[in-house]
Amino acid sequence: MSEAAVCPVPHENRTHPLGAPAGFEEAISNGPVKMLWPNGVQAWVVSSYAGVRQVLSDSRFSANKEGAPEMRTEGEQILGLPQPGNMNVMDGDEHLRLRRPLSRAFMVKRLNEMRPRIQEIVDQHLDEMERRGEPADLVASVCLPVPSLVIAELLGVAPEHQALFQATAKEMLGKNGSKAEYEAKAAELGAVLAKVVDEKKASGSTDDLIGLMVNDTDFEMDELLMLAIGLLVAGHETTSNFFGLFTLTLFENPDQLAVLKRDPSRADVIVEELLRYTIGKLGGAGIARRALEDVEVDGVTIRAGDWVTVSSHANLDEQLCPHAGELDLERRAVPHLGFGFGPHQCLGANLARAELQILLRTLFTRFPNVRPAIPVAEMAFREDMITYGATAIPVVWS
Amino acid sequence: MTVRIDQTGCIGSGQCVLAAPDVFDQSDSSGLGLVLIAEPPAELLPGVRDAVDRCPAQVVSLEE
Repeated sequence: MSEAAVCPVPHENRTHPLGAPAGFEEAISNGPVKMLWPNGVQAWVVSSYAGVRQVLSDSRFSANKEGAPEMRTEGEQILGLPQPGNMNVMDGDEHLRLRRPLSRAFMVKRLNEMRPRIQEIVDQHLDEMERRGEPADLVASVCLPVPSLVIAELLGVAPEHQALFQATAKEMLGKNGSKAEYEAKAAELGAVLAKVVDEKKASGSTDDLIGLMVNDTDFEMDELLMLAIGLLVAGHETTSNFFGLFTLTLFENPDQLAVLKRDPSRADVIVEELLRYTIGKLGGAGIARRALEDVEVDGVTIRAGDWVTVSSHANLDEQLCPHAGELDLERRAVPHLGFGFGPHQCLGANLARAELQILLRTLFTRFPNVRPAIPVAEMAFREDMITYGATAIPVVWS
Repeated sequence: MTVRIDQTGCIGSGQCVLAAPDVFDQSDSSGLGLVLIAEPPAELLPGVRDAVDRCPAQVVSLEE
């Protein structure tokens, strides 16, 4: 194609808060398309199930953004590159060196051991929400504090630093944060983490993620701090947004909410379908890669040097499952792309799964009548952040 | 029917453990995937195929 379609600005142009940016689905309906991004870059958008898996797993597509400041996230632009410890922009062995040792902290069995503690944190927050009475804001009462406390425990950081993590995350993910503000927050958090690192060194502990990095890897201090900050931010912001979005998706699909209420023990399978559908419906193109050589994807040749982004709309591809455009909580779990794919697939996926399963099961078991206090379409959504979510979700339950 | 994990590319995502917990585990020392039953019985094969499909690093294989 000779003329690049203009990419609808993500987040800011949705006709429904749980739907894709206006015009996006039409633009991608005929296979890979080159879109002009607001930053002036032309990038291919790949949105088929097979195509997205290919782009995210083929080593001919690089995550490296050196020499391309316009393709970096806001946080990466503010900090500049290279950043030691930013796995997201590394390829091959360089990436594996940092990624692999961290996988121990996110092992399935380790997270299963954490479930009772996650349940306890969830219960405490729902107790508190009930005690304060309705209407309550689900975001402030549960969505934000629970993942934040859980990731802090996984890392081995005391909960009193929680407010600082949230403020830093906001600066790191916000699109309008200034370099000075960001650096001030990052320095504050870095100082707290440096103290934690000293404690772990003294104790020799490998029971939590920071202890493990300090005492059982070859990571340099600057790598370790960057990884810890990145994990704190990623760990609470994303899960918190998605728990809110999942709840809203269920409110908007009462017949499907009934499926969850009928058998809350299926929360594990139900979370997979919510990940597939909710993230798929939001569409948009996120993760960017650069072709290192000419590669054919979905019948088009992507030239060496071209940028490629993948759309989560691939989760609604019929190649993945039948009636893929519908939310079907009775469906068996399918290999969706909600956590991405390839070597950069979300490191915290199993943690997010455990949290989302426990949160959903507990919320709707304990408050079977929980419902929005205002129409979902009237709720405010955060458009100032790179990750997308509801600002507040007012609910009642009696 | 032999199940293998190519450890050189494994990222320890644990997707194989979720797909077929009887066949796969993760190493306590490295977090990487381990095959517990290299020649699984027929009833475990659907889970193994699911693991092959789900593995983000595409390092799980089933040689039929």
